[in-house]
Amino acid sequence: MSDAALPLKTNDLATRRDDRRVRGESVAVQILLIGLSLAFLLLFLLLPLITVFVEAGARGWEAYKAAIFEPDAVAAIRLTLLVAAVAVPFNIVVGIAAAWAIAKFEFRGKNLLISLIDLPFSVSPVISGLVFVLLFGAQGYFGAWLKAHDVQIIFALPGLILATVFVTFPFVARELIPHMQSLGSADEEAALTLGASPWRTFFSITLPNVKWSLFYGVLLCNARAMGEFGAVAVVSGKIRGLTNTMPLHVEILYNEYMGAAAFAVASLLAGLALVTLALKTLLEWRFGDAIAASRRH
Amino acid sequence: MTHPLFRRLLRAGLVLGAFSLCFGVVAGARAQTELLNVSYDPTRELYRDINAAFIAEWNAKNAKKITTIRQSHGGSGAQARTVIDGLNADVLTLALAGDIDAVAERSKKLPLDWQKRLPNNSSPYTSTIVFLVRKGNPKAIKDWGDLVKPGVQIITPNPKTSGGARWNYLAAWAYAEKAFNKDDAKIRDYIGKLLANVPVLDTGARGATTTFTQRGIGDVFLSWENEAFLALKEFGADKFDIVVPSLSILAEPPVAVVDGNVDAKGTRAEAQAYLDFLYTPKAQAIIAKNFYRPRHPENADPKDIANFPKVELVTIDGAFGGWAKAQPTHFGDGGTFDQLYKPAR
Amino acid sequence: MAATAPFRWREPSVLPGFGLALGLTLTALSLVVLIPLAALFLKAASAGPADIWAIMTSPRTLAALRLSFLGALFAASINAIFGLILAWVLVRYEFPGRRLIDAAVDLPFALPTAVAGIALAAIYAPNGWVGSLLAPFDIRIAYTPLGVMVALIFIGLPFVVRTVQPVLEELQDDVEEAAALLGASRLRTIFTVILPPVLPALLTGFVLAFARAVGEYGSVIFIAGNVPMVSEIAPLLIVIKLEQFDYAGAAVVATLMLLISFALILSVNLIQARARRRFGDV
Repeated sequence: MSDAALPLKTNDLATRRDDRRVRGESVAVQILLIGLSLAFLLLFLLLPLITVFVEAGARGWEAYKAAIFEPDAVAAIRLTLLVAAVAVPFNIVVGIAAAWAIAKFEFRGKNLLISLIDLPFSVSPVISGLVFVLLFGAQGYFGAWLKAHDVQIIFALPGLILATVFVTFPFVARELIPHMQSLGSADEEAALTLGASPWRTFFSITLPNVKWSLFYGVLLCNARAMGEFGAVAVVSGKIRGLTNTMPLHVEILYNEYMGAAAFAVASLLAGLALVTLALKTLLEWRFGDAIAASRRH
Repeated sequence: MTHPLFRRLLRAGLVLGAFSLCFGVVAGARAQTELLNVSYDPTRELYRDINAAFIAEWNAKNAKKITTIRQSHGGSGAQARTVIDGLNADVLTLALAGDIDAVAERSKKLPLDWQKRLPNNSSPYTSTIVFLVRKGNPKAIKDWGDLVKPGVQIITPNPKTSGGARWNYLAAWAYAEKAFNKDDAKIRDYIGKLLANVPVLDTGARGATTTFTQRGIGDVFLSWENEAFLALKEFGADKFDIVVPSLSILAEPPVAVVDGNVDAKGTRAEAQAYLDFLYTPKAQAIIAKNFYRPRHPENADPKDIANFPKVELVTIDGAFGGWAKAQPTHFGDGGTFDQLYKPAR
Repeated sequence: MAATAPFRWREPSVLPGFGLALGLTLTALSLVVLIPLAALFLKAASAGPADIWAIMTSPRTLAALRLSFLGALFAASINAIFGLILAWVLVRYEFPGRRLIDAAVDLPFALPTAVAGIALAAIYAPNGWVGSLLAPFDIRIAYTPLGVMVALIFIGLPFVVRTVQPVLEELQDDVEEAAALLGASRLRTIFTVILPPVLPALLTGFVLAFARAVGEYGSVIFIAGNVPMVSEIAPLLIVIKLEQFDYAGAAVVATLMLLISFALILSVNLIQARARRRFGDV
């Protein structure tokens, strides 16, 4: 599937694409299908997005500003950034390590390992929070020990970070593995043979080779980390100003009859989503070949 | 070979990550006197006012200042659960005694007789259950009996997670006991029909209010009196009417200091003073202004007191033998709610 | 390959760092994912077989699981149909705004679920933009199982488009052309020449959308109405059990969901492996 892996076929394909056009549907069918797609997207994707911004602005600019700069909102924004600032780098390091082991070496149990790394994708966010309550809650398996040592995990920053790391665990590895696999190990082998140190080889050969798919994975990982709701809702305790992340703050405002304020904070998150999409699209246009391998999620 | 921009990005990311880690640790260590009040859904507005007043008063008199009183809100049962799971609440201000009982039993962080420690069953304010209907009362709902008429849609939260919903349920039960002369079969039939008219069961009182007021679902909303008044204030008196039934229940939302937590944090004096403050004239006036019935109405603005309609109220102890009995009978696994709740579709 | 080689745990390689990389991966995986999940199984098992059976077969659990799985199945089916059409339109047709639309498809990946939830609830409530259009016909979407479907369709859409799109892009033209030249109707060409190689990708996208939808929480709870037995999804039931101090019950339902979901992911990998053998790279 990746063009990089199949250079000959790609050229083949390119020449053949020019003289196609025997196939194709009638214009009427095309318009019908395009119309159908647009209507579907409008109803399910664009309308919600528009709603967020319309409702956010419903009470005017001053109200919008007040909602964003309200101390609890500012605390929520800071907490969200903090959680992402810890969870994302952690997942970058682990993701790179996992991709290195899986893409560059052949070993038994590799497929199982890939499946296990993918596992958080298929775990309900609620369960991702629940497991940490079962482990670290006061009634949990480590609850008594934590209490004796005065360590607070659940309903505090560590719990939020753990839950976030859990749900975003696969993102970086998932993008890197196929790309590294398609590149093979020849570059690294050459560098090592020429006497480069392993770390130097890694930092000046491997990492630059996969930088754009790494960035791509980080982008998705970050979007999910900042937007996660279900998992952090279970471990947060919802102390406003302290353990409330932005998505939780949206829910709280929504439940306080402050719809406009809820949508104002939501519009920040929607803005983040748009920036993520824009960067992602830019990456795909400019470095399409490099990350084509990781197109699937 | 390495893209310089990329390298810079990577380095910036690492520095940022390290910085934020340190920042997180420092922020955690910077201990100040902060209280955490874990409360139920509709008290958000009440405690916003109470907290400001209490902090001003305490800081004027004491050298050790209170910087913030943090709030956490949710369904009363759900909130109790988070405290049992280790949320470091200094004080609990929940919807009903049964939920604080659960915290006392399971976390052992406060004594089982906590309710005797403050006046008035540890409830500095009370409320009751009223009906909120759409303007002009198009379905002509006057009393509990009208709720089971076919085609009436009732909004109430889920009694399993919401304290307010448990008061709703028991108020309906008390009405049925009186109306049907304690005929158990008829009471159950009535409650079953009532529940069959409920199209949405939110987890907390606030969610249910939103469903009724903002989403336009249902004909009648069984609501805390304070929440009904608040809805009138928020959305305009031209949208809804309050209907006071012939009989309702005296809802006593209790408050308690969580001994195990305040002793560990060294905040006992502040937490105790905070709860005592609720009984002072100043707080009682704030309470009435937020549509809760103060224990000392003489301290409140008579205009606020005049809002509260006269209604015959049964008590949880008188009609149901206290929460220790009512909770398992009606809301435990296999209790009357489980037996009678059978959605129509 | 490995199967014919004499038993060796791993193939030798000149590259360094295997131990470090694998060690780091396994440590992080164990600490963050495996041990917590083991705690979940342990908690579920602590309920004892009779209780586990009672929780699994209680009408409320069954209703919630039925809604989550059937709802996800329905949503994933809708997504498979429209996702295929969308991918087709994006790959084959030129029209203004195509690239913008292409980018917009990923919105559900990037938009936080809570934001999607309140936005969808606002639109499809009886007094919302779409809801008010349907209200005169007595069609209700928000706060009914239909609302659940809407949210699940929203979050699952990109999975199908993004798995099908690359396959459509790399489809060889010659067979299609040959079929057309030999006089096959367009419809027949689509069903006999184009669809078969796309099918594994479509199925993969379908299962991914399905798996995501089964576990979805944030976007659903705002729009579902959450009536037990009617519009209560399984993840919400887990939360409610947790809020009622029923840890074992929550763990049992969670474990059940998890096992089913994991079976699904395994089946995806199998589909992909088989497709790779049949059609080359997918």
